[in-house]
Amino acid sequence: MSKIVATAVINGANKIVTECEEFLNKAIKEKGESQKVEFPDTAFYLPMANALLGAEVKTLGEMKPILKEAKSLLHTPPSEHLWLPYLGDTLDSGIGTLLAEEMICVLRYLYGQEPQVDCEGFFSDTILRTLGIQLVDGRMPGFAAVLGAAPDNKTAVEIVREYQKRSILCFVGCSTNGRSIIDQLKEEGVEMGWDAYIVPFGRDTISAIYPLHWAIRGALTFGGHKKGEALKCLTYCKNRVFAFGVTLGALDDMKYATGAGAINMGFPIIADTDIPEIRPTGICTYEHLVSEKDHKKIVPTSIEVRGVKVKISEIPIPVSYSPAFEGERVRREQMFVQFGGKYSDAFEFVTAKDLNDVEDGKISVVGIETDKMEDGKAYPLGVLVEVAGRKMQKDFEPILERQIHSFLNEAMGIFHMGQRNMCWVRISKVAHEKGFKLAHFGTILHARMHEVFGAIVDKCQVTILTNEADVKKHMEGAIKVYNERDERMAGMTDESVDTFMSCQLCQSFAPNHLCVIKPERLGLCGAYSYLDAKASFELTPTGPNQPIKKGECIDPVKGEWKGINEFIYQKSNKTLERFHGYSIMDFCETSCGCFECIVAILPEVNGFMIVNREYSGMTPCGMKFTTLAGSVGGGAQTPGFMGIGRLYIVSKKFISADGGLKRIVWMPKEMKEALGDKLKKRCEELGDPDLVNKIADETNATTMEELMPYLEKVKHPASSMPALI
Amino acid sequence: MTKAKDRSIDKASQQMLKRAEAEDKQLAWDRLEAMEPQCGFGTLGICCKVCSMGPCRIDPFGDGPQEGVCGANKDTIAARNLLRHIAAGAAAHSDHGRDVAHTLLIAAEGKTHHYGIIDEKKLHDIARIYDIKTEGRSKEDIAKDLAHAALAEFGNQEGELKMIARAPESRKKVWRKLGVMPRGIDREIVESMHRVNMGVDADYKNVINHGIRCSLGDGWGGSMIATDLQDIMLGSPKPVRAKVNLGVLKEDQVNIIVHGHEPTLSEMAVKAAKDPELLALAQKYGAKGINIAGMCCTANEILMRHGVPVAGDFLQQELAIVTGAVELMMVDVQCIMPALSSLATCFHTKLVTTSYKAKYPGVEHIQFNEEEAYEIACKIIRMGVENFKKRKKERVDIPKYEMDLVAGFTAEYVFHMLGGKYRATYRPLNDAIISGRVRGVAGVVGCNNPKIKHDWAHIEMVKELIKHDVLVLQTGCSAIACAKAGLMTPGDALKLTGPGLREVCEAVGIPPVLHLGSCVDNSRILIAASEVLKEGGLGGDLCDLPAAGAAPEWMSEKAITIGFYVIASGIFTVFGGDMPVKGSENVTRYITEELDSIIGGKFAFEADPIKAAHMMIDHINKKRAALKLNPMMYEPAKKEAKEEATAGAN
Repeated sequence: MSKIVATAVINGANKIVTECEEFLNKAIKEKGESQKVEFPDTAFYLPMANALLGAEVKTLGEMKPILKEAKSLLHTPPSEHLWLPYLGDTLDSGIGTLLAEEMICVLRYLYGQEPQVDCEGFFSDTILRTLGIQLVDGRMPGFAAVLGAAPDNKTAVEIVREYQKRSILCFVGCSTNGRSIIDQLKEEGVEMGWDAYIVPFGRDTISAIYPLHWAIRGALTFGGHKKGEALKCLTYCKNRVFAFGVTLGALDDMKYATGAGAINMGFPIIADTDIPEIRPTGICTYEHLVSEKDHKKIVPTSIEVRGVKVKISEIPIPVSYSPAFEGERVRREQMFVQFGGKYSDAFEFVTAKDLNDVEDGKISVVGIETDKMEDGKAYPLGVLVEVAGRKMQKDFEPILERQIHSFLNEAMGIFHMGQRNMCWVRISKVAHEKGFKLAHFGTILHARMHEVFGAIVDKCQVTILTNEADVKKHMEGAIKVYNERDERMAGMTDESVDTFMSCQLCQSFAPNHLCVIKPERLGLCGAYSYLDAKASFELTPTGPNQPIKKGECIDPVKGEWKGINEFIYQKSNKTLERFHGYSIMDFCETSCGCFECIVAILPEVNGFMIVNREYSGMTPCGMKFTTLAGSVGGGAQTPGFMGIGRLYIVSKKFISADGGLKRIVWMPKEMKEALGDKLKKRCEELGDPDLVNKIADETNATTMEELMPYLEKVKHPASSMPALI
Repeated sequence: MTKAKDRSIDKASQQMLKRAEAEDKQLAWDRLEAMEPQCGFGTLGICCKVCSMGPCRIDPFGDGPQEGVCGANKDTIAARNLLRHIAAGAAAHSDHGRDVAHTLLIAAEGKTHHYGIIDEKKLHDIARIYDIKTEGRSKEDIAKDLAHAALAEFGNQEGELKMIARAPESRKKVWRKLGVMPRGIDREIVESMHRVNMGVDADYKNVINHGIRCSLGDGWGGSMIATDLQDIMLGSPKPVRAKVNLGVLKEDQVNIIVHGHEPTLSEMAVKAAKDPELLALAQKYGAKGINIAGMCCTANEILMRHGVPVAGDFLQQELAIVTGAVELMMVDVQCIMPALSSLATCFHTKLVTTSYKAKYPGVEHIQFNEEEAYEIACKIIRMGVENFKKRKKERVDIPKYEMDLVAGFTAEYVFHMLGGKYRATYRPLNDAIISGRVRGVAGVVGCNNPKIKHDWAHIEMVKELIKHDVLVLQTGCSAIACAKAGLMTPGDALKLTGPGLREVCEAVGIPPVLHLGSCVDNSRILIAASEVLKEGGLGGDLCDLPAAGAAPEWMSEKAITIGFYVIASGIFTVFGGDMPVKGSENVTRYITEELDSIIGGKFAFEADPIKAAHMMIDHINKKRAALKLNPMMYEPAKKEAKEEATAGAN
């Protein structure tokens, strides 16, 4: 229960602040108030006091107001019965502790008691500049302060090795029952130091201030916050410095008090003992105090609790890995083995699981590995990727899954095509000779999922199946899900959601343009569907894709909503006031320049034509794509002309206010073919299965003179529709 | 057979009810019985006596007249009556606010040394709302300007109230669109009286919309001024421990009850009770001390700031006298039963009125004024001490029931409570709601009413809410009722609390039910809700919040006014008994259905507190779903536990 923790923290803070007061009084008595005090190589005086109070302490005398503040933060511990709220008091005590510990350490410097043997002591500004920037810009995923002593040396080594593996900087120090992890690591011959990412700071609890007031300097140096802006500095640490404390062995009051200080900075504590947990969130991003008694799990648990996004800088596979290899093909004669295509069953599947059900980095191959495979043959393959994350949603599964293609392709000597149960994979002879195995698919996918989707993926495990029966069994399940997904996306309508997504990606060159992406209208570049945009928002909440509340519906037919209008007015630099989502005739949506196709009015035939970027010929409106593009783009509303993504043509909402697909009188043949079944199906839905053929293409007409008689001949419905103008 | 158990669920009250019954003393319950059957037309709100062509009443069954002499139909009559109630309630709260502003003014001018400026931070915060320069100025100068500015709010004629600027922008937009932004506190009350006059406003929607405007002038005006200026002058409350119920009366001390609403006098009484001279006098008469105990909202005021024990809620004012242990009861304004004067004569209790606005025939009046506040308080207390001599030992029967509580929560204190000095924040509360630990927040407030078993509805409703992980904020007599049931203890009350809310309460060290003060302090709930909204993640307007309100045992017109400004602030509110509007289907539909789409809040009437709690929970769930919040964290676990329990039972 938290009250026990509060009691310990408040008692601990009282002890530490009292110790500080006694030490300071002694120092003043012995050396006088004007005695200079400083930490080595820093421009931040006492960094914690500098950040939180704006103080520039240079002498013993100047420490007195800091002590006064620390004392003012002390409270009495909660009473046995009928206690008063203690969380605020506990957090106050934490800050008081940090201020006092910092003063004790600087006094120890004065008396030559720091740094301790084999310890770093105070971390200089130089270290801050070289390593700190990596910490706040995300190159280094985070830092762990491992405090106390493990039950045995082996465990101590294992824990720090696990962090090392993940490029997490490890500060080690403090003691439990007189034993420190520093000595445990030393005895095992573990190399320590900044280069090794394992830094011993000191053997007592007081010295745990070093990593903490190192972190707060990040807020001043990199966060641009001013000294004394306490709340900003502390929340900067919470949001940008992914640090946490791991305590090994029993916790005393002083450790609790220091932990409460760390929690003020947003750094949670994970203990290997049976401590009372504090799981409700708010001061830290996630849980505040967590117990994890299994030393094998303490590293992943700590990473999860702090929300550290692990990055794997180099993918440990025996072949080169780079986007340069994405287009590389493995021809039959270069091939060692293949999977899928028309040669065997193969599928790939990403599924989201509960955080507890996924073991990050676990890669298993069920069935035979490549070393048991015969040259030139085809084998069944199942690639099962299980991911988990606090922000993971079912809707993201297909987006992650779609990336398997490029993730695997970027390995040299690996060829990948298709997706789902229509994938086709080859491993080249060269890759095989270098030692590439199927397990490496797992290695690649694990690393890349973290790298690309770090915002939503906290854990990822991969299972590779090569056994016919397993593949068949799992594929069946996967196919069921593929179908459900298709239905879900197909079932998603503009009406079924209350929020659309914006895309302002192109404002870099078309500053007033934005796309309003709806379930039934994808971005005009064709690259962003509604779910893609949603996922993108989760990945980068401040990025180019933002949710827009539809708000009150002004016109359901033309597709006008109050919320959308307000949003575009703001985001188009106040140049656009209204959007009609389903009309091209008035207040149509704007175009940047990236559109896949252009829809253009042909007033003579009461309809529209569509031309795609790839079609270079003449069109019935008398302009080629390039000429048309010049008049459509740039973020202006041009009635009768609009850039769109291909798939919008087969949406039910395709210019539905103007008559929809039945208005289309011309499009290039290539596009008709590309849209294929989808187009046919849509025509059938409209009750005019022959519409596909009634729409002219360049083989029927490239001028208005040719187009008119053709439309008359096929009895195109557009002529009998209400006049467009 | 005693009726005591049917009249109250509070053990202390039952004991006194039995005594009154035995001694044939008439109490509110008896007078209610004598009054029955109560007038159906009045209950339905369809009688009108605003002019002398009447009184008129509409036949609710449709057989008799459907229009009054002037032609006003049931819709007009019910709406006009309702507006009259709203205006009266707003007037009561706001007049309180005006008095506080006046006290601050004379304190700042140095005309009284009994009141000062205690919370300077809040002085600066509120001064900023009024665009009053604070830098480099003395607290008295700032306070003087603030008092003038606050007083000006009452007589303001054009534009908008300044205080209401604190409401979220999105909410103000709704009010402006509907034309219900209050201009001046008094102006809206006066206009209400004009509109309900013979032959003025007859469109029930138009009438009620003005009621909204008038109520907003209370909640975001008069009441808020009362709360904030009191905090500045008397100090902002912080959590305190205290005791509640008739058991706080002391057999061996002079018992003085302060009853009513305004804290100016009761604060002084608390001080005067420590006066050495008076204490010596008390001892001379054989009393060990002077025990001040509060009743109703004035109790809440001195409880919040000083931890002064609370003797009881509205329906316990007579019962306190029945103990035979009360030497003196001093009253100021509001919720004081005229019945006290005759009841007091049956015991040795001395009743003293102190406000020229509230006198009672045959009761001694000692006029209070701020300039001589302490001296007047001493004078009254001295009367009480003198009266100790008249106490008849054999007539003393103090119920041995008292309960611990923690009170003293404010919208401002939440920042410290959740984040301490350096991380002051509402984030943990928002996080708790978003993550599904806390389902939402409910404000349960209001009076007692002898028509409903005393305290029962408050306690049952609040228990049901906390069981379902709803954090409950309370004020007024409702708070006192739940405190008596132990719901404001940080330890024991958690046994009745859902697992998610419990986890949060344990992390913070709070009870699941928080006492925010008196009935003007409902303004604290409005500010807290606005802070939650500002913290983010729970929608764009107050009406998006997973929150609900209730007044399960309401009786005062003030409750109607509070109800209106709460629904107008976008919060669904359940009243324990019907408002007197049921005679008009149109008015009933308007305030219980249609207003929702117009202003984002509406009423429901439900006498069964458990059903009412579930209406609130359903509403909160709906808002959670609309915000796409996480499912409740421990819901499945709870379901399993329930299944286990039933399996075990079989």
